[in-house]
Amino acid sequence: MYPESFSYHAPSTLDEALGLLAQHGDDAKLLAGGHSLLPAMKLRLSTPAHLVDLKGLRGQLQYIRDEGDTIAVGALSTHHQIHTSELLGSRAPLLAETAGHIGDMQVRNVGTLGGSLAHADPAGDFPAAILAAEADLVLQGAGGQRTVAATDFFQGFFETAAEPGEILIEVRVPVQKGGSSYQKFYHPASGYAICGVAAVIEGTNGTVSRCRVGVTGVSDAGYRATAVERALEGQTFSAELAASAAEQAAAGVDPLEDPFASADYRSHLARVHTRRALTAAWERN
Amino acid sequence: MDKVSVTLTVNGQSYSREVEPRTLLVHLIREGLGLTGTHVGCDTSSCGSCTVIVDGLAVKSCTLLAVQADGSEITTVEGLASNGELHPIQEGFWEMHGLQCGFCTPGFLMASLQLLERNPDPSEEEIRHELEGNYCRCTGYHNIVRAIRYAADKLSAAEAVAGD
Ligand SMILES: Cc1cc2nc3c(=O)[nH]c(=O)nc-3n(C[C@H](O)[C@H](O)[C@H](O)COP(=O)(O)OP(=O)(O)OC[C@H]3O[C@@H](n4cnc5c(N)ncnc54)[C@H](O)[C@@H]3O)c2cc1C
Ligand code: FES
Ligand code: FES
Repeated sequence: MYPESFSYHAPSTLDEALGLLAQHGDDAKLLAGGHSLLPAMKLRLSTPAHLVDLKGLRGQLQYIRDEGDTIAVGALSTHHQIHTSELLGSRAPLLAETAGHIGDMQVRNVGTLGGSLAHADPAGDFPAAILAAEADLVLQGAGGQRTVAATDFFQGFFETAAEPGEILIEVRVPVQKGGSSYQKFYHPASGYAICGVAAVIEGTNGTVSRCRVGVTGVSDAGYRATAVERALEGQTFSAELAASAAEQAAAGVDPLEDPFASADYRSHLARVHTRRALTAAWERN
Repeated sequence: MDKVSVTLTVNGQSYSREVEPRTLLVHLIREGLGLTGTHVGCDTSSCGSCTVIVDGLAVKSCTLLAVQADGSEITTVEGLASNGELHPIQEGFWEMHGLQCGFCTPGFLMASLQLLERNPDPSEEEIRHELEGNYCRCTGYHNIVRAIRYAADKLSAAEAVAGD
């Protein structure tokens, strides 16, 4: 299978890339790892006239840096780099753990954090972790930079807060306090998340002081399960409390329904995986 | 559409070709360079039979444009044996009966190369996990796991000798 023909551009600076996006507008698409875009182009679901390959920007956008309270992750960092990063493993382990659940070895070698987040596949894994970690996303446009909180970034089915012409350049992950876990129910064939829940819990002397839960796969966009968070904060952690809080995992969302999983089944999976993620995160706190 | 020039080093040999930008790396390797050991199974990024090593990374060459690999160093299954001697991974598949029809084998060999480079002493579970991106419709995987353990043992024995 061949994609539709296109013109290929390989800019070597961010300004050049932004210029190409401005020049070609809706006809242009960015290419990062290509592991969501190329399969779609081969099926002719996507037919951009211009492809702007970001490979020449790896020197600038492929890094994982310690910035004190924050770990800055360049958008072109691959799933494998994130999964095996010692810095993330020790200071923001939720992101590293989640990356290891994506696709397979070859996919993790090539796919990028920026591409995953910009693509906003409702069955993608990173949105759950980015939401629970309360990361910020840095977008670069021709007119300058802006920072968007994870909760504002995912807006719907393959839809994000990024404007046409903007490039996601960095994800800023706060250094994690407390324990975390990512629990995923794999689609048996594709390996994507039918449901994925990321949790971070902090607490002392048995009492939960702070809890964040991100859910993917269940709704048309990743979301924060705030009702679960509220049910735990200020309470004494117990298995029963985790189970009752997890009942709220799909509260207020309209669950996806497809031939693989009904809306009811997805809500059920969200509750079960939330309970597991809370329990495992607390054990690591 | 204008063609673009792509230069690759494949198995130590340099090649330059003019290709349409939409040419997938696997097609350049198979049709442009005549190296047909790399297979196309699913063509939908799933089966791994198209796996090659690009700049040290195992990738599915049906999901990479040839232009994305411009300037890179590539190893395909044809580059595994040297001086008529099978690579220990190839020998493992031979000795442990790690193939039947053989269609998936080039992809498994290349993915195993990456696996053993990152983890020279993998458990059965680790082998199965790291090879999730490669499908085999014949063997049931058991002998593939044994083949990779064979290669791991042989490579570590060779290393021990080299270290003496
Ligand atoms: C076999 C297979 C299995 C997979 N399994 C999983 C899985 O289990 N879980 C999962 O989460 N994902 C999975 N994926 C998808 C994979 O993680 C992709 O790598 C990822 O979704 C997209 O990242 P990319 O770098 O490949 O982006 P690309 O495919 O290059 O781009 C994706 C989209 O994002 C845009 N884009 C890319 N980079 C930027 C940027 N910096 N700024 C703005 N826009 C940008 C592109 O224009 C395009 O529209 C799988 C893919 C395959 C092929
Ligand atoms: S042919 Fe490339 S993954 Fe199947
Ligand atoms: S040996 Fe036939 S597909 Fe693997």
